[in-house]
Amino acid sequence: MRKIIKYVVSDILQNRIVLVYTAFLLVTAFSVFSLEDNNSKGLLSLLNITLLIVPLVSIIFSAIYIYNSAEFMELLVSQPLKRKTIWLSLFTGLAVSLSISFLIGIGIPILLFQPNKIGLIMLGTGILLTSAFVAVAMLAVVKTRDKAKGIGVAILLWLYFSILFDGIVLFMLFQFADYPLEKAMIAVTAFNPIDLSRILILLQMDVSAMMGYTGAVFKDFFGTVTGMLTSMIVLLLWSALPVWLSTRRFIKKDL
Amino acid sequence: MITASNISKKFGKLKALDDISLTCNKGECIALIGPNGSGKTTLIKSILGMVVPDSGTIKFNGANILHSWQYRSQIGYMPQIGRYPDNMSIGDVFDMMKDIRGPQNVLDEELIHLFGLKEQMKKKMRTLSGGTRQKVSAALAFLFDPEVLVLDEPTAGLDPVASEMLKEKIIAQKRKGKLVMITSHVLSELDELVTQVIYMQEGNLQFHKTIDELHAETGENKLSKAIANVMLKTSHEKNH
Repeated sequence: MRKIIKYVVSDILQNRIVLVYTAFLLVTAFSVFSLEDNNSKGLLSLLNITLLIVPLVSIIFSAIYIYNSAEFMELLVSQPLKRKTIWLSLFTGLAVSLSISFLIGIGIPILLFQPNKIGLIMLGTGILLTSAFVAVAMLAVVKTRDKAKGIGVAILLWLYFSILFDGIVLFMLFQFADYPLEKAMIAVTAFNPIDLSRILILLQMDVSAMMGYTGAVFKDFFGTVTGMLTSMIVLLLWSALPVWLSTRRFIKKDL
Repeated sequence: MITASNISKKFGKLKALDDISLTCNKGECIALIGPNGSGKTTLIKSILGMVVPDSGTIKFNGANILHSWQYRSQIGYMPQIGRYPDNMSIGDVFDMMKDIRGPQNVLDEELIHLFGLKEQMKKKMRTLSGGTRQKVSAALAFLFDPEVLVLDEPTAGLDPVASEMLKEKIIAQKRKGKLVMITSHVLSELDELVTQVIYMQEGNLQFHKTIDELHAETGENKLSKAIANVMLKTSHEKNH
């Protein structure tokens, strides 16, 4: 398996879009930190940018890359390799190389300006988020044969997780405003890796004090070690589950 | 060596393969011919395990290939369209394939030399022309000296010199007692190569004959004319 990953990673790291992505993250991170006089404020702005850009690039780049590798995967399938190995190598290759460019783009500035617990948590969740969206892209791609449709599905999924999900949650909150929903909200966040990452990081910051009663309930859960571990595991599940489902599908797929 | 019995495959409503049975043995060079969409590529892909037939079994050296992958170490496959990751160099592709196949005693690098790929090892795949990519695919198929060669439209896109070299190579492999399966639309270039012909139409296997049988039946020496003759005859019989 290592054999394929090595070549896939080096191929992706030389890809122009990935290079631009890395440079963009690097420039944004540096400018955000230099614009704000307070570094933790800078981190907050950076958080909002990363939570928008990282999933977008991860899901769309992965989808396009897998479609463009269709013939290459056929060639690999004709070699003495298990299909599972090929698919998992592709996932690992994509997740590792996009994580590397995230670590370069965001990691270097954070280590320079915010080398503390919050900074490290942000890097960790960024990597988990990258891998989760690569996994979701693989699931979307394996289920749709048509390239244009598949990329469309990837964009819609990103839109759903980034924007629509919050809208739906807000709508529900207003509808059921009479009921105590604070605890239920914790469970609801598990269904969106972006929200989960946001809350996980926000609660480490001082701004969480301004989040009112819900913020206090969240802090009770996410602020504890158990809560943090649980949310990390849920984030990991967001990678593991789609990868597992898509592998099962890929093994039976006609190429 | 390869035995397919009663394999069928449907893509939606389209019957790509309809109850096909065939046997291929060592030392044979088999031409798979038929119009576009007749199921040639699907048949090849089923043998390689890329497509799983709805029913029927394919055996490789007596063992069922379903859910098995080791048998492919004895197959060299040259796809119809070879596309490789953009930023890999030719050298990377060869290195990766060598890594996948593991340490091999014999590496047959003749085609790499003949095609002049050795001098281009550092070139990126995305900068290559379609013909050069075909050369890479061909060299890869022959690299591990496999017992079975499956070539899907091998000469499409190759220049005359290169396609002549490839033909020589195929003949040499046939002499060594390997099994070669070729699909092609250019019948004239199969003349010197093949020993058997499989003709497919709409997912059906119309006939599987040796070249000598064909010649004797039709009285034609050229493969293209012999096939045309047989096709006319079958359509004639259908009409009456």
